[in-house]
Amino acid sequence: MATTKNNTLKLKFDSARKYAPALESKSAATIDARYDLFINGKFEKPQSKKYFSTINPATEEKLSEIADANAADVDKAVKAARAASDKYWKKMPASERGKYIFRIARMIQERARELAVIETLDGGKPIRESRDFDVPTAANHFFYYAGWTDKLAYAFPGKDPQPLGVAGQIIPWNFPLLMAAWKIAPALATGNTVVLKPAENTSLTALKLAEIIREADLPPGVVNIITGAGSTGAAIVNHPDINKIAFTGSTDVGKIIQRAIAGTNKKATLELGGKAANIIFDDAPIDQAVEGVINGIFFNQGHVCCAGSRLYVQESVYKEVVRKLKDRLETLIVGDPMDKNTDIGAINSKEQLNTINKYLKIGQKEGAEMYQANVEIPSKGFFCRPTIFTNVAQSNRIAQEEIFGPVLTIQTFRTDDEVIEKANNTPYGLSAGVWTDKGSKIFNLTTKLRAGVVWANTFNQFDPTSPFGGYKESGYGREGGLHGLAPYLNLG
Amino acid sequence: MATVTIKKTAKKSAPQKNIAAPADRLEVLKTYKIYIGGKFPRTESGRYYTASNNKKEVLANVCLSSRKDFRDAVIAARTAFGDWGSRAAFNRSQILYRIAEMLESRKAQFVDELVKQDSTRVQAEKEVELSIDRLIYYAGWCDKFQQLFSAVNPVASSHFNFSVPEPTGVVSVIAPQNDSLLGLVSVIAPVIAGGNTCIVLAAYTKPLCAVTFAEVLNSSDVPGGVINILTGKVSELAPYFADHMDVNAMIFCEKDAAVKKLIREKGALNLKRVTVYDSINWLSEKGQSPYFIMDTQEVKTTWHPIENIGGSAPGY
Repeated sequence: MATTKNNTLKLKFDSARKYAPALESKSAATIDARYDLFINGKFEKPQSKKYFSTINPATEEKLSEIADANAADVDKAVKAARAASDKYWKKMPASERGKYIFRIARMIQERARELAVIETLDGGKPIRESRDFDVPTAANHFFYYAGWTDKLAYAFPGKDPQPLGVAGQIIPWNFPLLMAAWKIAPALATGNTVVLKPAENTSLTALKLAEIIREADLPPGVVNIITGAGSTGAAIVNHPDINKIAFTGSTDVGKIIQRAIAGTNKKATLELGGKAANIIFDDAPIDQAVEGVINGIFFNQGHVCCAGSRLYVQESVYKEVVRKLKDRLETLIVGDPMDKNTDIGAINSKEQLNTINKYLKIGQKEGAEMYQANVEIPSKGFFCRPTIFTNVAQSNRIAQEEIFGPVLTIQTFRTDDEVIEKANNTPYGLSAGVWTDKGSKIFNLTTKLRAGVVWANTFNQFDPTSPFGGYKESGYGREGGLHGLAPYLNLG
Repeated sequence: MATVTIKKTAKKSAPQKNIAAPADRLEVLKTYKIYIGGKFPRTESGRYYTASNNKKEVLANVCLSSRKDFRDAVIAARTAFGDWGSRAAFNRSQILYRIAEMLESRKAQFVDELVKQDSTRVQAEKEVELSIDRLIYYAGWCDKFQQLFSAVNPVASSHFNFSVPEPTGVVSVIAPQNDSLLGLVSVIAPVIAGGNTCIVLAAYTKPLCAVTFAEVLNSSDVPGGVINILTGKVSELAPYFADHMDVNAMIFCEKDAAVKKLIREKGALNLKRVTVYDSINWLSEKGQSPYFIMDTQEVKTTWHPIENIGGSAPGY
């Protein structure tokens, strides 16, 4: 311990506080040398005859080769999904459909460790997160929606809910298995069939999910998983026999999708970018708030669309908060994602690392002060030190644009009015956080913040029963909970 | 080789009439006991009755439970309520699903018992399958019925006001006397799905499945005391099920008008919520609904002030 200027105790981090490595074993995972497309219940070679490599972003080593689906492959998958919809899925008693989905949930639970290890190897996120968050939450999502299949009439009284048909689903690389669960579970529960494309950097757990779906003995074609990059996604969006597009990804691509399906009968839900305000009032429990801010921005390396990337601190506690944040930054362990001690793993790809580094330069050029944790990062792989910017103006690009990395901007405010205006001053509206001891203030803020999810004295909480989705340019439609059913149903 | 020879010799040298061949073995019969607090005691009273079927075949000697057994079961149920009622709905959902898994894996045993209790094999198979599916149905409701029966109330004052269902507590249940498995499952599942604990009196003439179902519960991660199952006489136990001061609600599933009146009268002692399911066909779709869960729920409304400062600027 050492004493700081204002006589409060401060932990010293240069002492012998070293953690011995605690590596998760890779033996739980088997990764094939090559993966084909999962169409009509079988793994099939792509008609494109092309494959691309997927690497471990923490080591830059190649993990496997993934099929690159072209428009003909997409067409084949959509045809399989349509046939499965007509032949089996729509006709099956709803309770039987539910039992298939329960099976998937159970098998994910059974194979949880394998999935967690592959998720971390392929995507770079800390094993602790994939093991304790991504995989269990994915299983729970299937479990929750399985129960809805035969209860839809209760969810929409006075309506006769009917499936839309074939859903085309495109998911991002930040929570690969979990996003697949968020998409597939409600689609199946409502009686739709699926063509899903994982992100090209992180296809492996979706392909493992394909294996599980085959093992669970789902009728062929009910779920089709095809891999590829942007052009494969475009082929899904533009396919004339798809009834619904569900997309999670960037706001730019979301806008392209809305334009592309204009003039068709396709429905869409878009879960896009965010720039969440995390607001600390002077009556907040500061230590708890600091932990929440750390979790809000550094969870999953900041590759989170609802990350609390803009911190607003009431002036009277600003110095204390910034000091404690910087202290806490020093204790974060950045490094091997397979180490159970690791807090911040690898940036998902070289491209994303370049984007983050670009914004670090922009921030400094704009006049903000950059502070990075004094931590060692591995020489190989894609890593970024946890970063905070102070002296940030509302108009700075780092405070306006989504960086999607471990980068936090800090601004101050004096009154409720001021912080509400600043927090809402963004084209996004996905999430927000409020830290205060005063309940009435929480509900004041939750009423006035223009965001789809508001966390009070907590952050980054997710549950299958709880709807998630954005206001404004963060997209539309909700996933999760009762509200996550409607986007997949024709309610007449 | 030697053994075989001896056996053969033994057979030949034993000319008696119907003694089983030595190669066969004698079946071990199960003792059908009651289920209280996760354990299988005999009734403290030491009494029994003989359950038999329409062919007058003896099925088993079954515990004739007493008032004391019921009171012990209430203590077990009340003790279990603190934990069960406050568990995450998701956890209760997983456990109900687990009961269904266990029941599926012992399907054959239940079919055999139902057949002994006068069902045809086809009826028995249907009843067991419906029971499994009904458990799955209510496993699904555990974390969903709140979403349908809760409300955020738009009160005129500046308050955040919401109402949510909560379990009423300990529920005493006299199960349907006919559909001895499906009826039992259909009545218990909504009670525990909603976070209550219960004491159930099984069908008097068809008690086998209820006791075997207790064994399923015992291997399904259902905490001891959440479901307690007694066997015995309705006429003897109904008054105690109705007037026990530590029971919050009671469910009765028969048409007997005198017993219905007695239960309502006795239940008034502590204003028990009495529900009667006397005309429900448990084999039909009408035998399942989230409204069964709501029969043993209370509704709690919470008020919280909303500060009204700021936000005067036009919204975005």
